Amino acid sequence: MPDFAFGLIVAITLGSAFMVVQGKQLLYSAIALLFTFFGVAGLYIFMWADFMAAVQIVIYIGGILVLLIFGIMLTNKITSVNISHTSLQRGAGVLVALSVLSFLVVMIGRTPWLEKTALEPAQTVDGIGTLLMMKYLLPFEVASLLLLGALIGAAMLSRNVD
Amino acid sequence: MTVDQLIDWFPISATWPGLTFLLAVLICAVPVFLFIAVYALVVIYGELKISSFMQDKVGPMGQGVGLHAWRWGLLQPIADALKLILKEDIIPAAADKKLFILAPFIVFIGAFIAFSALPFSQTLIIADMNIGVFYILAVSSLGVIGLIMAGWSSNNKWSLYGAMRSAAQIISYEIPVALSIIAVIMLTSTMSMQGIIQYQSGLIWGFLPNWLIFNNPFTFVAFFIFFISGIAECNRTPFDIPEAESELVAGAFTEYSGMRYAFFFLSEYANMFVVAGVAATAFLGGWQSPIPGLFNSPAWGLWWFMSKTMFLIFVMIWFRWTFPRLRVDQLMSVCWKGFTPIALVNIFGVGIWYLTLG
Repeated sequence: MPDFAFGLIVAITLGSAFMVVQGKQLLYSAIALLFTFFGVAGLYIFMWADFMAAVQIVIYIGGILVLLIFGIMLTNKITSVNISHTSLQRGAGVLVALSVLSFLVVMIGRTPWLEKTALEPAQTVDGIGTLLMMKYLLPFEVASLLLLGALIGAAMLSRNVD
Repeated sequence: MTVDQLIDWFPISATWPGLTFLLAVLICAVPVFLFIAVYALVVIYGELKISSFMQDKVGPMGQGVGLHAWRWGLLQPIADALKLILKEDIIPAAADKKLFILAPFIVFIGAFIAFSALPFSQTLIIADMNIGVFYILAVSSLGVIGLIMAGWSSNNKWSLYGAMRSAAQIISYEIPVALSIIAVIMLTSTMSMQGIIQYQSGLIWGFLPNWLIFNNPFTFVAFFIFFISGIAECNRTPFDIPEAESELVAGAFTEYSGMRYAFFFLSEYANMFVVAGVAATAFLGGWQSPIPGLFNSPAWGLWWFMSKTMFLIFVMIWFRWTFPRLRVDQLMSVCWKGFTPIALVNIFGVGIWYLTLG
């Protein structure tokens, strides 16, 4: 059973990711991205990382994707449906893509992967919280400061100063 | 009852794993869908009657030839549903057809999958996840994408404006909702829906049930912030400027008709249930009886959960006919200058309360 569900989720993720890249309309690509993000959230669940899955949905679907679609809709005339994006410089693109692929293949081969436990852990959130508050407190605070700075900057820029 | 248990129970699961998986998922999903449909019929009838009584009218009394109810216009929601099913399904010529068709389903799925974490009683829950509350908050953001898709694909400026306003409102009000739930999670130190309810057993101050709304002044405030922001997330009056009938021609759904419109309608009512259900779970003790120790069997648990949830839905309907609509700038200032700071202070207060008195 898990294999079947896993296959289904992988198919959704890869299929929609292909549509994101291949789509001729920008908005269709953005909508296909919705299914990709959702599929990735499903993959997290297979690794017992349900908190990560929910974070993935909140941040990527609820935040970034909405922002992306807003951006697409606001930068064009609302009546024009044909927002196309075409590929330029295919030769260089293929080269870059192949080098990234070979790099990834090498990395996947060399990384010592952690084995997934067969049983669901009793608590999936506690560990993340403890690590963030104890071991990685400084990076966590630096990241929140960065976000605060971005927030204040956005508020400054969008403000109408008379 | 979970999907895993169902799969183990099927005799053919060894030979056809994929088939049994789909069957188990369907067995879990169909009753939830039927529940939403029946609940929507009940609440639509309730809304018609309550709003009529509040305006000193009698509301629906008869449904025309061949559809006469026994009395009190009880068949009105069924007549409404039949009308919606039989109506012509119109897709505007200039609309983006694919997205236009997809949008109602995305909106409905966002409301529908939240039901899998709602604890109807001690035993009746589809999946008691570790991250139950957070899961519900997360999947509710799917609806925003569906709304934007609906507004954009309709190719109609009023739809688009309605969708943009809806999306801006839902995204803004997600923040006070999440912050007020954090106050709850801090006290219960779990995000599982059943865990939150189990924390609220017993008595507090000697006579009150230990529900989080009574636990301390900060959670008391958090309940109201959560509930009011939840109403705003459902786009209901007094926060319904995105679909204000008189100004924006019903917002993102303007071009929809028939069954597709019905799906938007259904998901709106489903969202109301989810908000009321989470409020009942997180602040009002969920399936806990108001008299601790008495009436605490699973069947009573279902009764308590449903009565608390339906009471909150009644309050939402009540609000609709009590408060005037907020202007769009007032709406945003209430959220960002009112609820968000109060919710942040709340988190701080709950922390101090927990460390000193808890």
